[in-house]
Amino acid sequence: MKLLHRDMDKTNSGSVTLIPEESEDMWHAYNLVAVGDTIRSTTIRKVQTESATGSVNVSKVRTTLTIQVEGIDFDTQACVLRVSGRNISENQYVKMGAYHTLLLEMNRQFTLNKQEWDSITLERIDQACDPAQHADLVAIVMQEGIAHLCLITPSMTLVRAKIETSIPRKRKGLCDQHTKGLHRFYNQIIQAFQRHVNFDIVKCVLIASPGFVKDHFTDYLFAEALKMDDKTIIENRSKFVLVHSSSGFKHALKEVLADPAITARLSDTKAAGEVKALDDFYTMLQTDPDRAYYGVRHCERAVENQAIEILLVSDELFRSQDISQRKRYVSLVDSVRENGGDVRIFSSLHVSGEQLGQLSGVAAILRFPMPEEDEEEEDENDSDDD
Amino acid sequence: MSRHRMVRSMNYEDEYYDDEDEYSRSVEDSYCISPSTAAQFTWNREKNVNFASYMNNEEVIDEGDEDAEEDDSLSQHNSLSDSANSAKLRLSEIDQAKLNSCLEEARNILGESTPESVLVDVIIENHFNLDAAVNQLLTQQDVPKPQREPRQRRNRSQVFTVPASTETTSLSDVGSDKHPSSTDSVLSAPYPITVPTASVVKPTIVTPAASSAKATVGFLEREDGMVKKQTPPVSPLPSKKSGDAGGLKLKIDAANSPRSSPKTVQQQKAGKKAEGAVGGLAEGNGDVAGRELAGTHLRSAVEMMGLEGDEGTIQSTVDSMKPLATPKSKSKASKLDVMAEYSKRHGDKELLNLVVIGHVDAGKSTLMGHLLYQLGSVNKKTMHKYEQESKKLGKSSFAFAWVLDETEEERSRGVTMDVAQTRFETGKKIVTLLDAPGHKDFIPNMITGTSQADVAVLVINATRGEFETGFDAGGQTREHALLARSLGVGQVIVAVNKMDTVDWSQERYELITKKLGQFLTRQAGFREADVTFVPCSGLSGENLSRPPTVPELVAWYTPAVTLVEQIDKLRPPVRPIDKPFRLNVSDVFTRVGSGFNVAGRVGSGFVQPGDKIIIMPAAMTATVKNVYIDEVPETVAFAGDQVNITLSGVDMVNVNIGSCLCDPASPTRSATRIRAKIVIFNIAVPITKGFPVVFHYQSINEPAVIKRLLCQLNRNTGEVVKRKPRCLVKNSSAVVEIELERSLCVELYTDFKDLGRFMLRSGGHTIAAGLVEEIVQSKMRQNGSS
Repeated sequence: MKLLHRDMDKTNSGSVTLIPEESEDMWHAYNLVAVGDTIRSTTIRKVQTESATGSVNVSKVRTTLTIQVEGIDFDTQACVLRVSGRNISENQYVKMGAYHTLLLEMNRQFTLNKQEWDSITLERIDQACDPAQHADLVAIVMQEGIAHLCLITPSMTLVRAKIETSIPRKRKGLCDQHTKGLHRFYNQIIQAFQRHVNFDIVKCVLIASPGFVKDHFTDYLFAEALKMDDKTIIENRSKFVLVHSSSGFKHALKEVLADPAITARLSDTKAAGEVKALDDFYTMLQTDPDRAYYGVRHCERAVENQAIEILLVSDELFRSQDISQRKRYVSLVDSVRENGGDVRIFSSLHVSGEQLGQLSGVAAILRFPMPEEDEEEEDENDSDDD
Repeated sequence: MSRHRMVRSMNYEDEYYDDEDEYSRSVEDSYCISPSTAAQFTWNREKNVNFASYMNNEEVIDEGDEDAEEDDSLSQHNSLSDSANSAKLRLSEIDQAKLNSCLEEARNILGESTPESVLVDVIIENHFNLDAAVNQLLTQQDVPKPQREPRQRRNRSQVFTVPASTETTSLSDVGSDKHPSSTDSVLSAPYPITVPTASVVKPTIVTPAASSAKATVGFLEREDGMVKKQTPPVSPLPSKKSGDAGGLKLKIDAANSPRSSPKTVQQQKAGKKAEGAVGGLAEGNGDVAGRELAGTHLRSAVEMMGLEGDEGTIQSTVDSMKPLATPKSKSKASKLDVMAEYSKRHGDKELLNLVVIGHVDAGKSTLMGHLLYQLGSVNKKTMHKYEQESKKLGKSSFAFAWVLDETEEERSRGVTMDVAQTRFETGKKIVTLLDAPGHKDFIPNMITGTSQADVAVLVINATRGEFETGFDAGGQTREHALLARSLGVGQVIVAVNKMDTVDWSQERYELITKKLGQFLTRQAGFREADVTFVPCSGLSGENLSRPPTVPELVAWYTPAVTLVEQIDKLRPPVRPIDKPFRLNVSDVFTRVGSGFNVAGRVGSGFVQPGDKIIIMPAAMTATVKNVYIDEVPETVAFAGDQVNITLSGVDMVNVNIGSCLCDPASPTRSATRIRAKIVIFNIAVPITKGFPVVFHYQSINEPAVIKRLLCQLNRNTGEVVKRKPRCLVKNSSAVVEIELERSLCVELYTDFKDLGRFMLRSGGHTIAAGLVEEIVQSKMRQNGSS
């Protein structure tokens, strides 16, 4: 993301102008835009003109519109952000108050105006504009019959393909059916792989599975690549890394990213850091439950006592439509920072973020044990998870 | 480098395929000469077709007569089919082996010209003397064969579905099974055209003793058909002939009609009536439900039927009827019958599903492979082949494991990866053996296997250091034992394997038994009486089926109990036959000629060909076309049986591993969210809500999330310790809600004990075992759970 212009006053209201450069930036934009903001960008609008004689003429025009945001929609598959709302600056084509949906595109600048830019959003902009190289990686998590082909960027884990086939088991005298089923399964993965993986971007391909499936598959993949004369796969052979995972389901990615061999290779990947933080939390919960809190009430109480050492928050919470909710979380984060605590904002698209989201979205490791007070917030928690 | 590798992998593939071809036939590797193998498995018109022709031809029949010894008065041709039949049934394993080898030799000499049944008869008659048998056959071949009549074709098709019933029916000499009146029995009889054997009785067709013939509408036309039919077969005895014809015809009818129960009944009636029409030829040969009748009853019935023959023959008839084990009444309505049949079959030999578990490289497959070999389930030739091939790979110690590890990958890596299933018989039991993988990555497969088992053999590697690694934290010995206990396995035999590596040291044995005994009874929760220990060696085969001979072992191991004896002592569980039918699909595959099959263990109830069933969660109805147990067609399968079922009326895409076949009258429910009681094992990180787990249930593993922690329980008393705990730590017990990624068919523990258990795993460790308490939410499919 490129930051072109930034204009903020003392009250932190103002506007920024940004150019998204890659699909990842769309995710950042999605986290920046909130209901009530105004956003200005060029767009294509279908315009109807009626001539004096009454004939209707429809034409598409490119025009720049400013809308007040009412709805935000992020498509993870295409990495497209759609923002809808009413027009607030009239021009020759579009009347005031007319509804329009802006499609934020890559490499086209937009200007976002907020009444209040809070610390989280500002941090997000910094992060998005950090020119540090992003390590994009592809992970294939598989077990016999199930495979997930995932694209992992610093703040997103996108499942590009989920492959599921039933493979006949081994059975007296019918082993070849098992083999055939297995090869069919592998072929499907290879197809998905060729369709979704672009080696210009991808730095590393992780193949993870329990048992020998990964080895078997890798051998098969290269053999097939040779047969099909697929140069890209053969040339990028060094990018393939085999890792152990306990199953082929998506959440097994967590284990994959926690694997020390992998973390060394992808040192700066946010995903791996998040996994580590969540693991720490769980370890703390095991060893000293009074030092590991989760749920927003509990965490707030801990903040009051300046007890929080590390706060884990899911970015989902900041996308809340409810402004007061959002403010509550922002103030939580701010006060933790003030007290010298560390804040990790998890991407809800990563597996670890998903898990944190299930765990009420906020968790904390405390500096010192605080005995828990019972039962007060349970109802709220329960309502959270449905 | 890469090029080199590619070449290698290609070769590897080729080899793989080549071998594959062999493996796919490996069952009959003994007859490794391909024509005979082919003859055995490809269906050959010449082979079984000619029965009927033989039947009506006395000269031909002369040869095939085994029973002649027993009763000279027998009309020989009658006994033909029976003798073959009974021979098949009663052959001991050794005899069977002899028979097989003779058969093969005979084939080489005679080619395909002689039907197998005739071969078998002749060989048995000649007491497995090959030369004599061949001589007899060759002389016999000169006899002109009667023309085959077209109808027989259909019969033949039955023949092939058949041998199923054999294992349960220990018919002594009897053709009673073939009574035309029972469709089932006809279907199950190995030889379609049947002249009742109790050949004493001249008139071939025998009416069910108990029931008097009732005329039905359906019957009349049958009779007509029968009458028409009477002409073609020409045989010296007119009365017999007509009887035959009648029987034949009826059978054909039976074959043609769908196998639904009402029809069967009708047919039975028709059969009876027909016999009446033939003119009192009929005599009692009960294979109908009435088979259980007391001897006296039978006798009177038999007499009433107007038997010809003397007292002795009547007696023999009666006797022959009594031991019949299987009334194959198809009508599901009569549940009593089914129960009765079950109890009878049960009385024969008890069925036991046995899973072999233990740490990786404990020698599970080798132990069981050797056991199978000793029990004669694997023939020498195959074994020799394995030995040679494994030697080639430099893994000669794996030869026995190859019996069970059939895939190329398993063999080359020397690790079992998926559960192998096979079957063997001991003196008292029919054992379905499930050989589970020991490697920790394949525990999902092991769970699948164990969930289908009643009892377990826990194999321990006695080698110094190895036992310890397997038993320490991180070893699979513990995990497997806990899993087995949690999945409902109540009895376990601990096979202390590889005792030869520690010189059969008593100390070592006692150390292991002591440690394990404590663990199994205290921690895993087995009852002390249900845990037994056996020292053995899978590689040398010591103390498996034969009493120990090694002096070091004999010295201290008293009383010497072999592994097989120990298995014989296990008690099979009570099986829920009276519950509605359930079968969790563990495999879906196609097979040439029989559409697509599903495999699995019948979880409860019973199933018969022709039954309508519902496949959940797809909520599709289908019809059971065939039921196979151990590759043999059966007419009924009960809870506990490992079956293959051929389905019709449903597309293969609707049936997945994990689908549940169930009784349409009370289908299972599919659930997306369940409430369950879980017992948490020794885990590294506590369970909180939102904890992602893998949910293992029967043969399925699905991602799931623990949504709510409802309350923590006292592990022993079950009292609520804390409501809504924040997290669940190790070794606790709790009630939780679990949300599944998509709907699965689960059963409540209160309804179906076996089907209400599941396991939770995370990160490659088993974290909890659970019991389904309630289905909180279920997404209805289109048809709902109807």
